[in-house]
Amino acid sequence: MTTDIGKFKHDSPMSGVLRMDRMPHIWCPGCGIGSEVNAFAEAVKRSGIDPKKLVVVSGIGCTGRVAGYVDFDSIHTTHGRAIPVATGIKLANPELTVVVFSGEGDLTGIGGNHLIHAARRNMDLVVICNNNFTYGMTGGQVTPTTPTSAIASTTPYGNYEYPFSLPFLADAAGATYIARWTSMDVRNVTQSIEEALAHRGFSFIELISPCTTLYLRRNRLGDGVDMLQFYQENTVLKHGCDTRETAIDYQGKIVVGKFVDKAKPTYLEAVDKCAVKLVGDDYQLYGKTIPEREAEEKAEKARVAARRAAVLAAEQAASEKVVVKKVATKAPVKKAAAKKPAIGRAVPAAAAKKTPAKAVAKTVKKVATKAPVKKTAAKKPRK
Amino acid sequence: MDGDHAIAEGALAAGCRFFAGYPITPSTETAERFAERAPEVGALFIQMEDELASIAALIGAAWGGKKAMTVTCGPGFSLMVENIGLAAMTETPLVIANVQRGGPSTGLPTLTAQQDMMQARYGSHGDYNIIALTPDSPQECFDLTVEAFNLSEFYRVPVIILTDETVGHMHEKVVIPPAEQIQVVPRNNYSGPKADFRPYQFDSQGGHPMTQAGDGYNFHITGLTHNERGYPVMTAEQSKIVITHLMEKINGNADQIIRLDEDQVDGADVVVVSYGITSRIAVKAIQDARKEGIKVGYLRLITIWPFCEKRIRELAPKIKAFVVPEINYGQMVHEVERGAGGQCATISVNHCGGAVHDPEVILDAIRKANQ
Repeated sequence: MTTDIGKFKHDSPMSGVLRMDRMPHIWCPGCGIGSEVNAFAEAVKRSGIDPKKLVVVSGIGCTGRVAGYVDFDSIHTTHGRAIPVATGIKLANPELTVVVFSGEGDLTGIGGNHLIHAARRNMDLVVICNNNFTYGMTGGQVTPTTPTSAIASTTPYGNYEYPFSLPFLADAAGATYIARWTSMDVRNVTQSIEEALAHRGFSFIELISPCTTLYLRRNRLGDGVDMLQFYQENTVLKHGCDTRETAIDYQGKIVVGKFVDKAKPTYLEAVDKCAVKLVGDDYQLYGKTIPEREAEEKAEKARVAARRAAVLAAEQAASEKVVVKKVATKAPVKKAAAKKPAIGRAVPAAAAKKTPAKAVAKTVKKVATKAPVKKTAAKKPRK
Repeated sequence: MDGDHAIAEGALAAGCRFFAGYPITPSTETAERFAERAPEVGALFIQMEDELASIAALIGAAWGGKKAMTVTCGPGFSLMVENIGLAAMTETPLVIANVQRGGPSTGLPTLTAQQDMMQARYGSHGDYNIIALTPDSPQECFDLTVEAFNLSEFYRVPVIILTDETVGHMHEKVVIPPAEQIQVVPRNNYSGPKADFRPYQFDSQGGHPMTQAGDGYNFHITGLTHNERGYPVMTAEQSKIVITHLMEKINGNADQIIRLDEDQVDGADVVVVSYGITSRIAVKAIQDARKEGIKVGYLRLITIWPFCEKRIRELAPKIKAFVVPEINYGQMVHEVERGAGGQCATISVNHCGGAVHDPEVILDAIRKANQ
């Protein structure tokens, strides 16, 4: 029996976000990148961002192929250079939202210098780093994040190096939004990416993900499902955790959550500030004065908020239909969730800033974004 | 104004509004000039963390819709070559100035050389093509930077300005014409229907439009071998199509691209082929040789890549020898020899860098060539 790929492509809810003409993708069964991309696509839809104004840049490797599958302006660059290419796009065209989606080998190994410098400058980029502890595309070599003692093809007797803790690295370098999740925490991943898309400045999201074909097999850790089970049992949710305490030991606990979310002038804001002092109020960048650019940004923000409200309202309408049918089963979940406000903390903080105080939109957001997160939380209590 | 500053002014005149660079002697003055001028003209300057990042940022900026350039010299250029390949592969217009100093390695940081001629052409791996121009004065640094942008925009190819420490640091009068008198090829962005959008056209002889991120065409570009839609197609057949296109859009238009400066070449017995600062030294040797009654022609390569092999082939049967002085161990001389195809002698007047030639050495070579 064969699957009708054509029909699947046509009917997919992801068409318009993913390049369905490029499916099927190259990722292995059980790999976490697929669900991360799904979460990313979902986050983009819900963010209200104009898809025309979104650019995705990847480097080289398995995660480096993300740029080839998303239906936005996208660039598949050389190994390690996704961040500087993204920097060039952002600075050349500041109205764009620029996302770097790549792997830990690409971003923190060969491209590590660019990561720390973009963070230092608070360059207004979203960096999503798939961390699977391995160079997958080349056959499973050790990376800068492979936990000590893990087996890789180039550490056949166990890794004897010390790994990076990426949240700590990003924090030390100056990133202003830092979160870590596993590829299993799809809703948290989605929510975190949504926040990062709205965040001004350098956002870094680390996504711990299973490489079934190489890392898991070589370390005899089972398959993708076993690793999801492992994540379920070994992730520790600690919002605001000191990034010095986020190191990952081999098969040890994985601290997840949003660790940093702070405001600081971005690179371009700093450029503007300096240039205005020098040139005066008629300072222009690419022919536009600061008030002109601010007015454009404000108008775009309003459009983003309206689109976001519409998406969330549609979601709400859809979920209400379900609720009417299953009032009895749904209600207790929501109640239980309401007792643990800390877990959903991330959403209102960032969202309230951006969305105009429309009562409807706010309510919708609470229901739509909070409830699912709490549902997950309710299922697996974390410390 | 010195040559380095003239490059920055030429870039601004050509409409360059994005500069990413990393300090390296003897090219830094260009970056400094651009950084100083940027706020006045609404351009953006960023000092990146290294040359790898500088060239990568240019590629991003070019697809972000801006004309972009960087400046460096040998060690920095070595770091850039991988992404020059990406720019060539993705047909990204950008300009790189290499103010050459002596190498190899750290070599002679503050002293002149012309040792990166072959690196400029062949530095990155794989088959690709670029255009390179060799100014011999600060005025030409200005003029050729404008031309570099024009060629880069039209052929969608990285263009390299191969100058040297001497020209870079030489102060001479530079005339900057009023803006309306400067011919500038503007960025040509696609604006047709989305269904017909193709980031590449593999039979294009130049003029295929770029696309600007944010215009809604959802372009995809990759360093992988790709089709006209920009999607990866990794087959031998596609590789033939892509590589043939990358090579031939330059080779096939060499006559339009190449600019030469000639004096008394027709009827000459000896032709001195030179470029950059060395051509100014050669002038003295040629004048002295002519006083001795030797019929010497002067052929200066303004466009160094693509190489003017057609002109060399035309001249070879009519003369006794080409004399090729250059501040390296002999690089372009091989191209001249190849073009001459054994129909006349080719004499290399090499120099290992750190200074320009003594004109007397070139004169000696001309005398020998005339025997």
